[in-house]
Formats: sequence, C-alpha cells, structure tokens
Amino acid sequence: MFLTDYIKDVTGAVKSLATGMKRTLYYFTHHKEIITQEYPDNRDTLVLPERFKGEVVMPHDEKNEHRCTGCTACELACPNGTIKVITKFDISPEGKKKKAIDKLVYHLELCTMCNLCVEACPSDAIKMAQTFEHSVYDRKQLTKILNHPGSKIMEGVE
Amino acid sequence: MYRETEIIKEATPGSNGEAGVFTINVGPQHPATHGVLHLVITLSGETILKVEPHLGYIHRSIEKMCESLTYRQFIYVTSRMDYLSAHINNHACALCVEKGMQIEVPPRAQVIRVLMDELTRIASHELWWGAMAMDLGAFTPFFHAFRERESINDIMEETCGARLTMNYMVPGGVMQDIHPNFQNRVKEFLRLYKRKIHEYDELVTGNIIFQNRMKGIGLLTPEDAVSYGCSGPTARGSGVSSDIRKVLPYEIYDKLEFDEVLETGCDSFARYVVRIREMQQSIRIIEQLIDTIPEGDFQAKTKAVLKLPKGEFYTRVETARGELGVYIVSEGGTTPYRIKFRSPGFSNLSVLDHIARGSKIGDLVAMMGTLDLVIPDIDR
Repeated sequence: MFLTDYIKDVTGAVKSLATGMKRTLYYFTHHKEIITQEYPDNRDTLVLPERFKGEVVMPHDEKNEHRCTGCTACELACPNGTIKVITKFDISPEGKKKKAIDKLVYHLELCTMCNLCVEACPSDAIKMAQTFEHSVYDRKQLTKILNHPGSKIMEGVE
Repeated sequence: MYRETEIIKEATPGSNGEAGVFTINVGPQHPATHGVLHLVITLSGETILKVEPHLGYIHRSIEKMCESLTYRQFIYVTSRMDYLSAHINNHACALCVEKGMQIEVPPRAQVIRVLMDELTRIASHELWWGAMAMDLGAFTPFFHAFRERESINDIMEETCGARLTMNYMVPGGVMQDIHPNFQNRVKEFLRLYKRKIHEYDELVTGNIIFQNRMKGIGLLTPEDAVSYGCSGPTARGSGVSSDIRKVLPYEIYDKLEFDEVLETGCDSFARYVVRIREMQQSIRIIEQLIDTIPEGDFQAKTKAVLKLPKGEFYTRVETARGELGVYIVSEGGTTPYRIKFRSPGFSNLSVLDHIARGSKIGDLVAMMGTLDLVIPDIDR
C-alpha cells in the first residue's frame, strides 16, 4: 500500500508541475500576448483619459481672460490648504469697486488630486490637467500662480 | 534596539536565557512584510516560539486628522488607509455621513458604487494573489496578476481620474457620472479575465509544491477566529460566516445573487481558496449589474455645507480584507468630534502570533501572506 501511495504522489506531483510548465511554454512561444510598456518612450503617443487628475490649472482664452471670480470656494473646499486666493479690488470705468483675483496660488507639493476644488467651483474656472511628470529640482517651482500675468475675468461671469 | 519588558519575558517560553533560544528582527524594511511592519521573532532553532508585531512605523494619525476636516473633505484621507480597496473605504465613510444626514442615494449611484466596489475587490485580490505567490518564491504569477489588474486600473483611471486613490464616492452618490466607455470596458475586462482565470489554478493552485507549503500550515480554529476578531477571508477560511454583504446588507447587496464563500480547511490553503473563489463571486455580481445600470441622477442633491446632527453613527462594509467600521461622533458642527475606524487588518494581524507558534520560520512568510496584510490599514 505504501508503494502505490508513493507512486500516486510522485505522478500527481509531476503532472501538476507539467501543467504549470505548459503555461510557461505557451507564453514562451506567444510573444505577442506579453504586454509591457517602456516608461519614458511613449510620451508622444500616450493619451491619458480626459478625467485624469494630474494638477489644477486655470484655462485662459485667447484674449487672456479666465473665469475666476475670486469667491474662494476652492480654498474652502481644499482639505490640505493647497489653494490660496489673493483678491484685490478693481475700479471699473463707472467708479465702482469690483472684487477680482490678484493671484491664485497653487501649491502642487501639497495637492493630493482629490478633485474637490474643481467640484466646488461655481464658475468652472479651474480644471484638472493631464500632466503627470511633476519632478523638479527645487521645491519652489512647485508653488504656482495659476492666473496668467495681466489676465482678467471673462465678461459675463459672475 | 528592542527591549523586552518583564511581562513579555515571563509570558514567552524560552526567553529566560535557555540554550538555543534567540530573537531575530524581521523588518521594518523587509520585502516579505509588504510594508513597514517590524516582527520580533523568538526562535528555538527553526521553531517559532513567539511572534511580536511592532506597529507605528507608518502611523499618520488619520483619525485625528479627520477631526479637523469637514464631512466632504475627510473621505479622501481614507483612501490612504487600505490603499488597495480605496473605493470601499470611501464607500464606508460616505455611508456613515449619509446615515447621519439621512440622505437617500439615487439607485444609479448605488449600482455604480457596488460595481466599483467589486472591481476594487478583484483588483485587490489580484495583487494579493501575485504577492502571495511571490512570498513563496514564485515570481511569474506577480506579473500575470498585474496584467489583469492593469485593465481594472485603466477602467478606474477613465471613470474616476486616478488609478489608486480615487476619491470617487461623495456623500450622496458618486463624484462624476460613469464614463461613456465604462460598460464596454468592463465587459471587455470580464471577457479577458474569464479567458485567463484558469491560468491561476494551472500555475499556482494546483501546483504540488505550493499545496505542500500551504496545507495544514497556520491552523486557525473557528473559535479562535471569532475571539481574535478576524473578519473577511481570514475568518471565512475557518468557516466563520462573516460577510457583511450577506449579514448586514448595505446598498443593493440584498437584491443580488452571490454566494458567501466559506471554506472549512482552517489552514493557509483554505484562506487562499476563499480569495480565489471570491474573485469569481465578484465577477458574478458585476455581470448582474453591468447591463442594468438604472438611469437617473448619479448624486443626490445635498447642501453645500454638511452638518451631521448631534449623535453617534456607525456603519460597516466588507472590504477586500474584512469588516471596516466607521464610527463618527458628532457635536452638530461641520467637522466630526471624533472618528474611529475599525480596520480589518489590525485584527487579522493580531492572530499571526497565535497561528505561527510552533511552526517553522520558513512558513511564517506564507502565513503572513494569507492574512493579506496592508500595513497602512493597520497603522492608520
């Protein structure tokens, strides 16, 4: 009885190993089913989905106008203190004071890409960009001012 | 560095200077511990006398951090606890806030949430399967597992915008509607996955070396599993029925057809088989839902500032590792007064000493692998 059990064990073991090796051999002969991408080489062809959360940006149109009213909803929604809105008062031609943003400071080094600021924005002034290589040599470069110099608010956005 | 207290000295057999008894440290940085876990192991020759896990190397005080964040903001932090089932963690928090606010979630959002949960569960078990085989020295399964997991990550990236820490669940529903491609991508994944799932059994489950190293190792009786507070596949491998989706159904789980996977082997192999079979059950759930996502809102109308009424709220969900409980004490303000997370990993880790005593040092890594430890979940 001992001998039959022993032989059964050995044949079972060899069979199970052969099953695994068959799978290995299959992939050895089917190169096309192997999926690997080399990291930096496909930058030009790489298309990230439009919802990908890379960093917060403020889109400007060709007249250098943005949609930000300076309501600080994004600043309040941010869990990490990533966004700081610095406002100023513009004086319109009629002599009225109007609140506008001076600087929208964005700290990429604090950001966790949670999308809460974009959700909170009532005027769709900010959105997420599809960038992902954020490494720089100096951390000061990670603090960004989102509104372009000399930009102003788009007409009709309240 | 390590100093035993007198109590441990008395409780540990062979720690009073007997010949042949010695202590070794595994970790905090060690490839087999899947993170910064420090194990102090007392050995007699090759036999384990005691395993003592030391925690705290990745403690970020998430519970305390949450006290200063509003009910919308604190959810993103919980993705960083059990990062492999980030969706399910977010889900638990969103459920707890909804319970306090008495928000009714639209049916579309409920279905999307369940779909995302089950996709996450598959992705998490995939990674576990690869890492488990790698713990035993097989490197190829790791890449096989990542191939399938990659397609889930791509689906997540398209719909939620991130691959790992999605922050997709918000109080009242989900953040954005699903991507138009979502259903097709998931169906494509299911086709691919069904074609490949037999490879798992061919490569690892049926392998004689693997079975010899798993069967009869790390025995955990049902009584011990209950008394140590184990949950998830760890408890179900010992035959303890503990699936929150069945016991206390949340969302639409009570209307779905799926089996609670139970194994009675009580050993490492049983815990392994539970996870393999759970992936198939998740596939079953996804197949039931993917064609019948109801139309409607993906998010309930909520106030801009959420304020929970004064009181205590507790919800639990089934993550890939077991039962996750979220306990919120509210004073009526915009931020929680106290938050406590009952994480599955912590209880499952506590059983390691119990199941490892008396076995050989070579089996310790295999036993740890079957507990499916995620260290940030344990430390929080």
